[in-house]
Amino acid sequence: MSVAPPPPPPETSWTARTRERAVETLPPEKLLPDGQPTYVASWIYVFGVASIASLIVIVGSGVILALKGPAWWHYTGVGHFFNSIHMWAVELFFFVMVVHLWGKYWMAAWRGGRGRVWVTGAITFLVAIPCALTGYVSQQNFDAQWISTQAKDGLNSVGVGAFFNVTNFGQMYSYHVLLLPAAVIALVAAHVLLVRRHGVVPPFVLDSERGAPS
Amino acid sequence: MTVMGAIFNLNNPAHVVHWHFIQLSVSNIVAIGLMLVVFALAILLPFPGAARRQASRS
Repeated sequence: MSVAPPPPPPETSWTARTRERAVETLPPEKLLPDGQPTYVASWIYVFGVASIASLIVIVGSGVILALKGPAWWHYTGVGHFFNSIHMWAVELFFFVMVVHLWGKYWMAAWRGGRGRVWVTGAITFLVAIPCALTGYVSQQNFDAQWISTQAKDGLNSVGVGAFFNVTNFGQMYSYHVLLLPAAVIALVAAHVLLVRRHGVVPPFVLDSERGAPS
Repeated sequence: MTVMGAIFNLNNPAHVVHWHFIQLSVSNIVAIGLMLVVFALAILLPFPGAARRQASRS
């Protein structure tokens, strides 16, 4: 009579436990699905992807601007071009992100245990605002000087001027090209992974579809 | 020679609209209006292939 082999011992290494937890939380078919519910076939669902697409253009053009420096973006034709690409990609990013936010607000996208999806999206929007505004004071021109002194007075008037200095170019440039973009990208990554985990929020069910008396 | 600096003449202070304590530049009002229009169109316009997918599911 044969004896069944003993079950394998539980994994003790932290890498194995992390892997198992990650696969359990977000299995591959949820992480990269090959189909979506029919209600996702609507223009209103396009604006989240459009936000990510414009963010990619922002980061790509920003990397080129950082590589070449202020003299290039102020005094050469190609520099002007990439400066404009960067600025208009930011305009587009906020435009489509606001439409995405309005759509999700009116869908009550926090339903069905999606509270963290909503919160990460809302915080991304809030963090993206200073990320963009620090770009205005990082231009290295008279416009940046004017904006930074106006911003300094505004921020001092609400009592937060002691924590950072908008007239300090080095500090604002670091915020603009490293700290705040890293925060935005991390938040967007968390937001997308949470969407993949919980799925796209379905539309409201109408009373008539529920069988309620009309 | 500058071929064209901008589509609109930007060589003047921004036009702003005042209403009580609210002060908005005309360019921002235009951007907000465009967002509202795009939002309405995104809800109202049919998505390509949506009806076919709905029919194939039912």
